[in-house]
Amino acid sequence: METILSVKNVSKTYQGAGQTLTVLNEVNFAVEAGSTVSIVGPSGSGKTTLLGLCAGLDRASQGSVELNNIRLDQLSEDERAQVRNRYVGFIFQNFQLLPTLTALENVMVPLELRGEKNIRSRSITLLEKVGLQNRMHHYPAQLSGGEQQRVSLARAFSNSPRILFADEPTGNLDVETSDKVIKLLFDLNHEAGTTLIIVTHNMELASQTKRIIRIKGGHLVADELN
Amino acid sequence: MDFERFKYKRRLRFGWLLKMAWRDSRRNRSRLFLFISSIVLGIAALVAIFSLGDNVRTDIDSQAKTLVGADLVIESNKKVSSRIRPLLDSLGDQRSVERTFGSMIYFTKNDGTRLVQVRALEGDYPYYGSIETTPVRAARTFRNNREALVDKTLMLQYNAKVGDSIMIGDVTFAIAGVITKAPGRTGLSTTVAPPVYIPLKYLDSTGLIQKGSRIATSYYYKYNQPEVIQSVISDIEPRLEKDGLDYDTVEERKKNTGRAFEDFNQFLTLISFIALLLGCIGVASAIHIYIREKIASIAILRCLGVNSIQAFMIYLIQIVGIGLIGSILGALLGIVIQQQLPAVFKDLLPVQVTTTLSWKAISQGLISGVVISLLFALLPLVSVRNISPLYTLRLSVEHVRFRDPLKWLVYAVILFFVAGFTWWQMHSWRQAIIFTISILAAFLLLSLVALLLRWLVRRFFPTSWNYLWRQGFANLYRPNNQTLILIVTIGLGAAFIGTLYFIQDILISRVTLSGSGNQPNMVLFDIQNSQKDSVAVLAKQYNLPVMQQVPIVTMRVEEINKQTSSQVKQDTSSGYRSEAYEWEFRVTYRDTLTSSEKLTAGKLHGPIRSAEDVIYISMEDRYAKRIHVNIGDHIIFNVQGTLIPTVVGSLRQVDWQRVQTNFRVVFPTGVLEEAPQFHVLVTRVPSPEISARFQQAVVKIYPNVSVIDLNLILTVLDEVLDKIGFVIRFMAGFSIITGLIVLIASVLISKFQRMQESVLLRTLGASRKQILFITALEYFFLGALAAATGILLSMGASWALAKYSFNAPFTPHPVPVLILFASISLLTVVIGLFNSRSVLNKPPLEVLRKEV
Repeated sequence: METILSVKNVSKTYQGAGQTLTVLNEVNFAVEAGSTVSIVGPSGSGKTTLLGLCAGLDRASQGSVELNNIRLDQLSEDERAQVRNRYVGFIFQNFQLLPTLTALENVMVPLELRGEKNIRSRSITLLEKVGLQNRMHHYPAQLSGGEQQRVSLARAFSNSPRILFADEPTGNLDVETSDKVIKLLFDLNHEAGTTLIIVTHNMELASQTKRIIRIKGGHLVADELN
Repeated sequence: MDFERFKYKRRLRFGWLLKMAWRDSRRNRSRLFLFISSIVLGIAALVAIFSLGDNVRTDIDSQAKTLVGADLVIESNKKVSSRIRPLLDSLGDQRSVERTFGSMIYFTKNDGTRLVQVRALEGDYPYYGSIETTPVRAARTFRNNREALVDKTLMLQYNAKVGDSIMIGDVTFAIAGVITKAPGRTGLSTTVAPPVYIPLKYLDSTGLIQKGSRIATSYYYKYNQPEVIQSVISDIEPRLEKDGLDYDTVEERKKNTGRAFEDFNQFLTLISFIALLLGCIGVASAIHIYIREKIASIAILRCLGVNSIQAFMIYLIQIVGIGLIGSILGALLGIVIQQQLPAVFKDLLPVQVTTTLSWKAISQGLISGVVISLLFALLPLVSVRNISPLYTLRLSVEHVRFRDPLKWLVYAVILFFVAGFTWWQMHSWRQAIIFTISILAAFLLLSLVALLLRWLVRRFFPTSWNYLWRQGFANLYRPNNQTLILIVTIGLGAAFIGTLYFIQDILISRVTLSGSGNQPNMVLFDIQNSQKDSVAVLAKQYNLPVMQQVPIVTMRVEEINKQTSSQVKQDTSSGYRSEAYEWEFRVTYRDTLTSSEKLTAGKLHGPIRSAEDVIYISMEDRYAKRIHVNIGDHIIFNVQGTLIPTVVGSLRQVDWQRVQTNFRVVFPTGVLEEAPQFHVLVTRVPSPEISARFQQAVVKIYPNVSVIDLNLILTVLDEVLDKIGFVIRFMAGFSIITGLIVLIASVLISKFQRMQESVLLRTLGASRKQILFITALEYFFLGALAAATGILLSMGASWALAKYSFNAPFTPHPVPVLILFASISLLTVVIGLFNSRSVLNKPPLEVLRKEV
């Protein structure tokens, strides 16, 4: 199987107030293309930092991150932006929709950035898939939390990413809405064959992935199959 | 796909950037409009002044002929010699002569007397334009009869009507018409001595032409082929110069009028530019807050693959867009204001101004507006490049690097632009740099005060005070505070208003000082040698003190250290200023100093007793310095054709503030006693009634003697200063209103930031009154400190202007200063509270639910 993500000896430290704070310490793992993985751990364990490094949002202090065989640590911020646009999709806990864009426009942005064609019809299809065909021209502020997360799902899949990173995707949703969103996420992921990496402390959600990586105090403490 | 196959391509996708800029602005348009409102007035003022400049330049070109009234004018302040007369009589295809002098006229109907400028005219002058009169025919008919044309204001002042009589010297003239417009006249020049036209043939019989009379003669020529003028001038110029005659042509007048207007126009442009700069600070501050609020959106875009340049461009396009809209709105407003400017400046403009649309001025205003608003917006905008996508995961605004080294480059470009713009207006790098440094110093000083305030409040925070005071103080330094921006904008506004007020005050007090106390207030001049004693006796009969009586001889400089005027013009390295040769000196002779003089170098030499004695003269020190003359230098004066060699024996400091006869050059006695001369008598009249009776007596007995009533001059100067003051206030109004808009915009923008906090306080139980108090306290501190700093700055600037430009003492009155301080502080509080009222008046839940 092809390795889509390879994390080798990755550490992340911050300098502050005369001391060095190590958030991640020599983390190693690899993820196969098409698999689903959960990164779990208590608050402050470093899991969101790890997600940021894997997705190319930040640079490791030490070690290397290879995404789709591209060494992210050797790229500039703008080069990593292009990598994200081509190969990566995101889902965030607080949805992170652009407040000045309608639902449809939010979904269209990644495709517009790539200069692709038939953007509108493809985005409408995705919004229909997440059940928002009647809310396409609404602004985020006019949508409920569940609806916003569904727009976020449609946007994440719009550029047909090779890998999808989800940071606490149900953290801001009630149980009933969470279930619907998770089902949608896994259905879409299955349909697209995308690699899915979820950062969560919700073990019920983690249990739905094929593999669970446990982080504690910046160390990878367990890597087990479900 | 591996790294080798990943080729980074930096694509801008401009079409998409435009689309994103448009989309992103959708929910913020009212706020964006708030940003641009700050620059609208500055642009409006610039476009209006640029347009006025363009129109005046065109109008000078088209009206220059009517300003001169002839193709060529030759002027002399003395009787022309017989050797040049044949030349003067041979020039032109048509000729006119006008003799001009100051004299008293007497309205026989009501015994009114007044100093006027008598213009005795012969010929058909003006050849271009006309003397406009009521009735119209009077401008033609008065030349053939014993009739006069009298200035409109004079007619109104003395309630005179066409057909009434006036006496000039010994001759009575019937008033044939009222002058409404005459060639070369401007509003201010005719206020002190309004013109009265009479036919030249009656001049001799008035008896006013006597030895030493100060009469100027103008010879007007019309050419059927005006294109020959230049070659005529080249032929006759040396001869005219030799005889001390000046000339004027349409082209010369265009140049001179244009030059005088350009100075005025530069001043107006710089005032407009200050308004624009003030607005731009508002733009920079608003964009700073706008970008802070956009961090989350920018981070999301970065996450989705937008590169740093694209993120920067989205907001740059928005700023250029609003800058352009602001500039267009400003230009439209400028066009409206332009229509009013000729009325505002009517007394200060050399020509009748049209109000044609000037596309050049409009495009200059638009370009200036877009460029400068963009430059100032770039200061916060460059930080967009540093916003990391990581903020989508952990949004912590404090960590955004708003300190970017590129900002220094932007600061440098802004300074260069300000200096460049000023140079474009003034054509002098020295003045441009002084202006830029002054503006920069004011900015820095105000910024320093703001930073110091923040530091002091933090350092000495009154922890024991009650909560409301502590909250009010804390607002000055907490994140998103408005301390810096408000102190800079309000402070600059206050400095500007203060400086304008103080300058006006300096000028007015300088004038009123002259008329106060026991200072003289009446000057009689053109007194002949034979009349000297009897005029003094007449004054004493009216119980008026003869405070000074001095002889005056007019002369020109012929040579300085053997250098003639033409030699100095050819050899500029000689160091002497050619203006020294052009100046007509009014000189007196005495062997003592007056109370307004102090010897600074050399010594005052005694009377001349024999023809062999060296004639040591005394010169005013500042004038000597200006024309590069020193003790021991040899100067030959030309007194009505007689050359008198002298040596500079002493230098004097002269207090020109005093109302008495002061002189640049003083001769010793024993030299000029027989030269053509007139005398001046200075006195003080206790009341307008005695002044009128004394003037009537003087005019009746000594018609050639002119009287200047300083009270009248003071009234006239007061009017003039009022007019100038109005123009200054009109222009300063742009800056003041811009300052207010920036203040309103800053408060409104900060409202969005403060809303959550105030709502939280209200939710926790703070009353409306308490929040009102906290808000008022914060704005009072800001307003008071900004006003105090601004006023101090203006006092410094005014002191420097008083000392170095006006040579006058600077003693600001405390009451107006306190009023200015209180008004600005109060206004800041009122605007602050007024714009925060929506937070105060709405229930917390409504505001919490509302999308901010």
